[in-house]
Amino acid sequence: MTTAVAADDALWAAVADPTRRRVLDELLERGEATTTTLARGLPVTRQAVAKHLVVLDRVGLVTGQRSGREVRYVVRPERLDEAAEAIARVAAQWDRRLARIKRLAESVQAETKTAL
Amino acid sequence: MAADSVEREILIEASPEVVWGVITEPEQISRWFSDEADFEDRVGADGTLTWKPGGRGGAKELDNRVPIRVVEAEPFRRFSFRWNHPQGTGPDETNSALVEFSLSEEATGTRLRVIESGIDAVTHDEQSQTRYVEEHEHGWGKHFGELRDYVASKPHGATR
Repeated sequence: MTTAVAADDALWAAVADPTRRRVLDELLERGEATTTTLARGLPVTRQAVAKHLVVLDRVGLVTGQRSGREVRYVVRPERLDEAAEAIARVAAQWDRRLARIKRLAESVQAETKTAL
Repeated sequence: MAADSVEREILIEASPEVVWGVITEPEQISRWFSDEADFEDRVGADGTLTWKPGGRGGAKELDNRVPIRVVEAEPFRRFSFRWNHPQGTGPDETNSALVEFSLSEEATGTRLRVIESGIDAVTHDEQSQTRYVEEHEHGWGKHFGELRDYVASKPHGATR
């Protein structure tokens, strides 16, 4: 029981850091990524991302697999509630839809201006 | 905001009128959402969103038809609907998700915000419930709500 509590505390310490949550978010949206690709989408250095991934790996939220010189990370779904995954999926879907809406609306707007 | 909801937004360089057309006209919806859309943008109207085999929903054997009911339609400002309720039933809080669009005019265009809530109502299945019980017994269960809250509160600026 004590072990389970300690594991919980470590998990919450791991996700208490906002940058670490951003790293986890990025990884959730990408599905699989290296430290370098994750750092590209975040306002922190590659070294900082690497450190955060070590912490997330230690508590079992992510796992890395060596591929050449880089390590490819994935989120461990067994650590995330099914509902949390669904939420993240829904968010990513809306991001894609909003991007398409933006593209469509802006092209309609451009045509309207040309016609005037 | 409820735990089982997501909120996203994007700034569009177009007028609210143009954005309204894109999100409510069936022929436009088929260009960003389902492959086909059949409904009217008036309150209470029932309709259907259809994903075709090999279309945006990915390769499937059959058409995936999803019921939709318009809840609010205030031109150029608000548009909301319920969806994913079982075919042949009316949508409510327990069997469907609510999607709410709001549009606000800004100097350079329109800010479009979307909130989808009630995702729990349409994602519960036997597998996830079984997993919940298993993980609860391993001491993880009590934090599920918090973890989900954190995922749901992802920064809105992440839209790409």
